[in-house]
Amino acid sequence: MFKFAGLALLCPLLSFLVISFFTRKSDRLSAFVSIAAILGSLASSVMLFALVLSQPGNHELTTVWMKFPVNINIEFGFLLNPLSAVMLLVVTSVSFLVQVYSMGYMKGDPAFRKYYAFLSLFSFSMIGLVLANNFLEMYIFWEMVGLSSYLLIGHWYHKPEAAVAAKKAFVVTRFGDFGFLVAILILSAKTGTFNFLQLEGMLGGGILTSGMITLVALLMFAGAAGKSAQFPLHVWLPDAMEGPTPVSALIHAATMVAAGIYLVARAYFLFSMSETAMLVIAVIGCFTAFFAGSIALAQDDIKKILAYSTVSQLGYMMLALGVGGYTAGFFHLITHASFKALLFLTAGSLIHSLGTNNIWEMGGLFRKMRITAVTFLIGGLALAGVFPTSGYFSKDAILIQVFTSGHYILFAMSLATVGFTAFYMSRAFFVVFLSTEKFGKKHPHESPAVMWVPLVILSIFALGLGAWTNGFNALIFFGGPAHETEHDLFVPIVSSCVAFLSALLAWAIYQKRFAFLTALAPRFSAITTVLRNKYYIDEFYAFCVNRVLYVISNASAWVDRNVVDGAVNGTAYLVGASANVLRKIQTGRVQNYALGIFGGVVTLWLLFSMVK
Amino acid sequence: MIPVKEALILASLLFAIGIYGALTRKNMVGIFMSIELIFNSACLSFVIFTRYLDPAKLSGEIFVLFIISIAAAEIAIGLALLLSIYRTYKDVSGDAISLMKG
Amino acid sequence: MMATQFPYITAILATTLIGALVTILLPEKKHLAIKLTAVISSFITLVLSFILFLFFDRTANGFQFIEKTPWLPQIGITYHVGIDGIGLSMILLTGVIFFAGALISSHEFKPGGLLGAVGRPKEFFALLFILVAGVFGVFVSLDLFFLFLFYEMAVLPMYLLIAIWGTGKKEYSAMKLTLYLLLGSTFILVGILAIFFASGLKTFDWVSLNSIALPKNLQLFIFPLFFVGFGILAGLWPFHTWSPDGHASAPSAVSMLHAGVLMKLGAFGIIRVALPLLPYGAQVYCPFFASLTVVNIVYGALVALAQKDLKYVIAYSSVSHMGIVMFGICSLNSLGISGSVFQMFSHGVMTGLFFALVGCIYGRTHTRTLSEMGGLAKLAPFLAVAFSIGGLASLGLPGTSGFVAELLVLLGAFRAYPVLTVIAATGIVITAIYVLRVLQNIFFAGLKDRFVAPGAGHKGDHHHIEISDAVMAERWPLSILLALLVVLGVYPSLLINLINPGVTAILQKLGGPF
Repeated sequence: MFKFAGLALLCPLLSFLVISFFTRKSDRLSAFVSIAAILGSLASSVMLFALVLSQPGNHELTTVWMKFPVNINIEFGFLLNPLSAVMLLVVTSVSFLVQVYSMGYMKGDPAFRKYYAFLSLFSFSMIGLVLANNFLEMYIFWEMVGLSSYLLIGHWYHKPEAAVAAKKAFVVTRFGDFGFLVAILILSAKTGTFNFLQLEGMLGGGILTSGMITLVALLMFAGAAGKSAQFPLHVWLPDAMEGPTPVSALIHAATMVAAGIYLVARAYFLFSMSETAMLVIAVIGCFTAFFAGSIALAQDDIKKILAYSTVSQLGYMMLALGVGGYTAGFFHLITHASFKALLFLTAGSLIHSLGTNNIWEMGGLFRKMRITAVTFLIGGLALAGVFPTSGYFSKDAILIQVFTSGHYILFAMSLATVGFTAFYMSRAFFVVFLSTEKFGKKHPHESPAVMWVPLVILSIFALGLGAWTNGFNALIFFGGPAHETEHDLFVPIVSSCVAFLSALLAWAIYQKRFAFLTALAPRFSAITTVLRNKYYIDEFYAFCVNRVLYVISNASAWVDRNVVDGAVNGTAYLVGASANVLRKIQTGRVQNYALGIFGGVVTLWLLFSMVK
Repeated sequence: MIPVKEALILASLLFAIGIYGALTRKNMVGIFMSIELIFNSACLSFVIFTRYLDPAKLSGEIFVLFIISIAAAEIAIGLALLLSIYRTYKDVSGDAISLMKG
Repeated sequence: MMATQFPYITAILATTLIGALVTILLPEKKHLAIKLTAVISSFITLVLSFILFLFFDRTANGFQFIEKTPWLPQIGITYHVGIDGIGLSMILLTGVIFFAGALISSHEFKPGGLLGAVGRPKEFFALLFILVAGVFGVFVSLDLFFLFLFYEMAVLPMYLLIAIWGTGKKEYSAMKLTLYLLLGSTFILVGILAIFFASGLKTFDWVSLNSIALPKNLQLFIFPLFFVGFGILAGLWPFHTWSPDGHASAPSAVSMLHAGVLMKLGAFGIIRVALPLLPYGAQVYCPFFASLTVVNIVYGALVALAQKDLKYVIAYSSVSHMGIVMFGICSLNSLGISGSVFQMFSHGVMTGLFFALVGCIYGRTHTRTLSEMGGLAKLAPFLAVAFSIGGLASLGLPGTSGFVAELLVLLGAFRAYPVLTVIAATGIVITAIYVLRVLQNIFFAGLKDRFVAPGAGHKGDHHHIEISDAVMAERWPLSILLALLVVLGVYPSLLINLINPGVTAILQKLGGPF
């Protein structure tokens, strides 16, 4: 079993090394190596999944990474259980499809090899993160995932926006990671171990006070929020769309951004012990879902729409985890991975064909790009949670969970988010595919097979994963298996109605363009402006960094130059100045010195005779 | 015999004149001469004390012989220096040369 | 075994000194011979230190490869050298940096290179050798007198090296550096003499002094002297300002050796002399000094963020990273001190890499101002990759040695000073910001029009500067340093197992490992 885990981890690493050192000359060979490696990982993760299905429970393999003569356990290992096996499967399969797709999308890019090398590096780090058996190892891969994300966002580093976006992504997530690191430090100091299973046992034994648990959980959540783009650390994700679109699909929709959710799920034994932390997670998740959903309503860039939608859906998952819906939240992670990767890849197909991201420059593409249009529709339906796509099952599971937990405000907000989701997806669909043709002289064409085949495969998953709901519920749970939810149809019906009505509204506004609706638009211009500018959060952060941080840093530099160094130079000046005074005595005339000697002798003589 | 007291007063006078000259003369030759006066006062003191304390031993006189010979050597060097200073600066006034001024 | 063993340590010291002698005796004009001598003797020291690394017995406690000869028995001075794991890791570091530095500076002595403009390779290398001999000497000395002697020997050539071959306000920097370090060594000398007289043993021998307990009052009095004295060389705030100026003015190889190795002498001195000989003083003063070192970490990072000159950024980042070293020492526990020795090694390699790279970049662009560069990754991909990996190690990214070091220091320090550790960790976040800012400014975003690929400029065209990627003479040393950063980041036990016994021995003086 661990053989497969090791194989899944090492294949991409090997591919990264091979591409960096050996196949730098050939594009085709590099892509081949990378895809073969990820296929190897995919195969071993399928085997692993089958093995875990047959023997559920925790399987652990550890080796010592660093040894110390004190009570601390720094180790490296694998923890295999249904959670990690499913996550591994998601990561490797999406990675595989995206790598195949990239062969078409990135064709002719001058840095093609570099791209594949970094994709392999990403797969390696992400697989390591999933398989980790302790917090420290997870943190290590967590950071490496961040690095690969940085490198891939900055793939077109010569574009200043890409360079800035990459830096922003790294720094913002690093900010959250700071919390994660401090949480790890506290755990290490109090327990001497980072191991999930050992910690679970120790925490059950009450080694930490409840206040301490809350503190650790909140700090760890800061890390999760950074990676999973939760408010207020969500700002990096939309900017990260500067990277190539397959990267956005893989890293910034399906896998890496889900790492925060995975962390909370992995450390659920810790989070579930603190009600405060759970409430904070639920509230932040819900607010993020609502808030990002509303921003997505007014974006014009198709990738930005999808990016905010990702933020919003990640908020859903957090919300589910926060209200105790461990299974529902994680299930949504999986379905979301399938349909969001699908949506991004279709967006990539559009961008590849038209060379623009702006939805208003597309239009009427349904006839020209049928496969793309149909797969986009499937993805959009799944995202909006329409029966019988996979999104319906996972989203309603979350809504039911929130409803039964009794947080009615959260429920109302998440219901509103359902409306937002349906609205912005319909808006995108109508504008891009159904409205009048606007592409002018460009000749949109269907993408090559390497690009559309992954789309079709992903849409099969986006449609069909819902069928696995019961199997999933029996496999992944916290405490006991999720009890069979009574088929109370109230929540599904309400949410479906909301979704349908918003879609209808979008149809009326963007497809039919009813005059009375268009006339209403100016009244909402203030709101639209705020939404378009993403609630000015970026501006606020820019202010914080540019004004506050740089002012502090310039002030320290000034202090260093003038106060600290000033003291040094001042001392030097003092010595110089006193020497300047004293040098006047040195006249250079021998007779003055002789007078001094004579006077000195006389004085000494006088002194001695007085003493006597 | 000349009384010791008067002889010593003479030596001190010589010394004082020498010091005064060495400290105030501008001309370096003058300074040299003043320094010779100081030497001579020291020599005189040696001789006086030897005569007064232990006339048989002649130790003071021997010292004086040493001083005279060393003073001769010193004068030779000093005058040579003086000459070369004169060649460079066209002046033998002590104030003119203050290379070591701080 | 002592008697029959080949005297490796003396051989290392002798190689450097003989190297100095040979370079001085070579004729002025024979540049090639001078460079060859430099590279070969630095390579010999590297090989010898590697042999030490291989033959070192990791299971044994205490010092190995001991050589002991009376030198001035009347006042208790012996030539007594030997290494434990801590000393050995520092020797390895010095060997590597010295070799890389010798290669880089031989390259820079080419006509038109940074050092080629000044010339006089003979004197340069001779001084460099003397400096390195001093550095090696401090790491191996087991006699306080020799330790001090070698310490001074390492500091003084620096003045000439910076004042003659430096750039910018080099005289000012050289003077400041020398005076500052001499101030530090005055403190150390007073401390050493105090120990000599107070111990009553009439010996400077470290081993004998280590076996007794010095009076507590004396410890209280001289521990701060040692900490500040050595701390000045390690860049302890607020005595750090010599270091940015010095590093910025010094030529590449000197900066490499200085930031990479010489600053470690300070931290090493604290570990070797101050902690084991003055354990009581350490326990009393360390909480206070820990807060100073946290200022180092955060303040150094903040100031680095505000710098406009590339070399100053690196120099202030050294101040910040040396703060981590000293913070680890102040934690007084096994994780913290091991972490700080690891950080000494890691930072040495990393900063050596950085200064070598700065030399490479400056030699190409003729500017060190960040805003005047941009997009160089296109023309010099190797330099960009090397700088990125170095930068990642600097911001403590897992997979590089910087992460292991910072992690261990933070883990250790958190057990001693939780609040200070959290503040120190913010410094690491700021580090990420300035490292990425530098990377972006130099290598990414749009390529400045002034810079063109080799062969693309016109003859006699002064507006365009041709930028080429690293040549072999630069690639080799850089690759060695890069490989070390990654290998130690992935497999830190290589060094940790070496360091731990030495650290445990120190902690036993402090009252057991904890």
